[in-house]
Amino acid sequence: MAEVTYRDALRSTLIEEMERDHAVVLMGEDIGVYQGTFRVTADLLQRFGPKRVIDTPISELGFIGAAVGMAMLGLRPVVEVMTWNFSLLAFDQIINNAAKIRYFSGGQVDLPVVIRGPNGAGVQLSAQHSQSLEATYAHFPGLLVAAPATPAEAKGLLRTAIRGNDPVVFLENAALYGMKGEVADGEFALPFGKAEVARPGTDVTVVAYSRMVHLALAAAGQLAGDGINAEVINLRTLRPLDTQTIIASVTKTHRAVVVQEQWKPFGAAAEIAARIYEEAFDELDAPVERVTGADVPMPYARNLELLAVPHEGDIVKAVKKTLYRT
Amino acid sequence: MSAMEAKARVTPARHKTLGLTDKDVLDMYYYIALARALDERMWVLQRAGKAMFVISGPGHEGCQVGAMWPMDKQRDWFVPFYRSIAACLVKGMTASDMLLGLFARANDPSSGGRQMPGHYGHPRVKILSTSSPVGTQYPHGVGIAYAAKIRKTGEITMVAIGEGGTSQGDVHEAMNWAGIYKLPVIFVVENNAYAISVPLHKQVAGGNVAARAAGYGFPGVSADGSDVLECYRVAKEAHDRAKRGEGPTLLEFRVPRLGSHSSDDQQERYRTKEEIQADRRRDPLQTFRQYLESVAVMNEGTHKEITDRIKREIDEATDFADRSPLPEPDSGARYVFHEGD
Repeated sequence: MAEVTYRDALRSTLIEEMERDHAVVLMGEDIGVYQGTFRVTADLLQRFGPKRVIDTPISELGFIGAAVGMAMLGLRPVVEVMTWNFSLLAFDQIINNAAKIRYFSGGQVDLPVVIRGPNGAGVQLSAQHSQSLEATYAHFPGLLVAAPATPAEAKGLLRTAIRGNDPVVFLENAALYGMKGEVADGEFALPFGKAEVARPGTDVTVVAYSRMVHLALAAAGQLAGDGINAEVINLRTLRPLDTQTIIASVTKTHRAVVVQEQWKPFGAAAEIAARIYEEAFDELDAPVERVTGADVPMPYARNLELLAVPHEGDIVKAVKKTLYRT
Repeated sequence: MSAMEAKARVTPARHKTLGLTDKDVLDMYYYIALARALDERMWVLQRAGKAMFVISGPGHEGCQVGAMWPMDKQRDWFVPFYRSIAACLVKGMTASDMLLGLFARANDPSSGGRQMPGHYGHPRVKILSTSSPVGTQYPHGVGIAYAAKIRKTGEITMVAIGEGGTSQGDVHEAMNWAGIYKLPVIFVVENNAYAISVPLHKQVAGGNVAARAAGYGFPGVSADGSDVLECYRVAKEAHDRAKRGEGPTLLEFRVPRLGSHSSDDQQERYRTKEEIQADRRRDPLQTFRQYLESVAVMNEGTHKEITDRIKREIDEATDFADRSPLPEPDSGARYVFHEGD
């Protein structure tokens, strides 16, 4: 067990997997000489050479399309997008191709592609660098969607993603790259579709993923001071979604709050709330609450930006609402 | 001996100077004729209500057979587009493979009834996935070629598209990448001068697809798509270049468009009778037959033999596909994710 950053957990996993399997190749903009915009690929070009650490032209559509071709031929490309916002340039390759090639081959063709990079808001990066696209990608059958919240999850989920045989949308978070945490040694891996109870509790279930898990835990700490014992569930992956763990918790607490950074309409929280209503309606003592970002493109001005993302206090308020307390 | 046959004895036949045997060119004719007959059968089946949709490529068969001929059928890869019927037949798909796809049968080897007709894919004969949005297969071809290059397998990739697809960003990004890394890939563009209804002058600035290769630092060649042997010659050169590690080639084949875009289209709505008539005179099935007769490789008898054999094969394939079962309803949710080893 060692304490490492989220960034180093990702980087060391890439190194381990590249050493273990020569089919693993990295590609993306500025990942080689420049070592990655967020330094996740620091010194990997030196270690593995330009055939396996590929600085691509600025062409998301082209290089994600090429990764799809490489994967069809048995390579395991791990593609870095500078931010997930730029993946929209390659939407057709991800949605119409990567997600459907197995299906269109009647199950004959594996597609082991991992696309990774930061998702969600940063600090004053405006509307085209700050979007949270998890619900967009989790909508499509054929794609797996992971959203690690801690260094250990970054390592464990990335290993599973690289060793799998399906395309994975791997959503990191810029605010978490510097976060430190304990990570197990050896070939530590975490399964997809298995949520973690990040904090056990009895009064209310707070469901979150990625950076929002830390907000939820902070809110739970604050609520404890008011005598409210919140259970926090960290989803880890959105597809597959661990409905079982959510329902088991709600069956115990009878109340639920779902937290997401993205916009409210048609978001992940709407889907999770619907699953709770479908499978545990009779267990609920209050409507499911959603804590979300504001329904605007992300503003540049810092004061407006802070108003557009969820905060600890919003979760506290939502939890109290489910308990009919103010 | 006819006068024509006598003349053929004097000048060496063109195909021989290219290193092709009489058997080669007769086989090439067989594939052109098979693709055409299968194409026509598919349309009949669609019009008879046996199939929902047909998309095919009458007029494109000659360049496809010529271009595919130098490829190694076992080792090399082909990433087709929806007019690649003849190329896919040469590469190893059969008439019944294609009709099983047309009828969306459980034993359709491309997709088990999941993908549209004409969207050929057959991993076992190294034909990979075509997609409905045009141009998207170009980056796939480049990725396959990159994988082959770093693994030093010697596999060469051919990827095909129509000239309409070349307007897509994918095509630029793919050719740029291939040029940077000198990848063993052959870019084929079958230019029939129409993107559904939009004529060449409204879709290709400069009017010349092959010229675009210069911008990416590799050769671009434009050939008459009705001249099967010329298509073979330029494809052979491209294949040799790729084998020698000299990188990609762009091949533009100017082909006649003898049919409508798909079974949902009527080209008479936007093309003149005169233009369609002029295209018919460039039909590769006819031009190649005339060539084979002029060099006395084919006569009435051999032609009838080939035609009869094709009719028999297509009749059998149609019956077989028609009798084959539909996909099992309880398989409806399958093939979305990996199902275990």
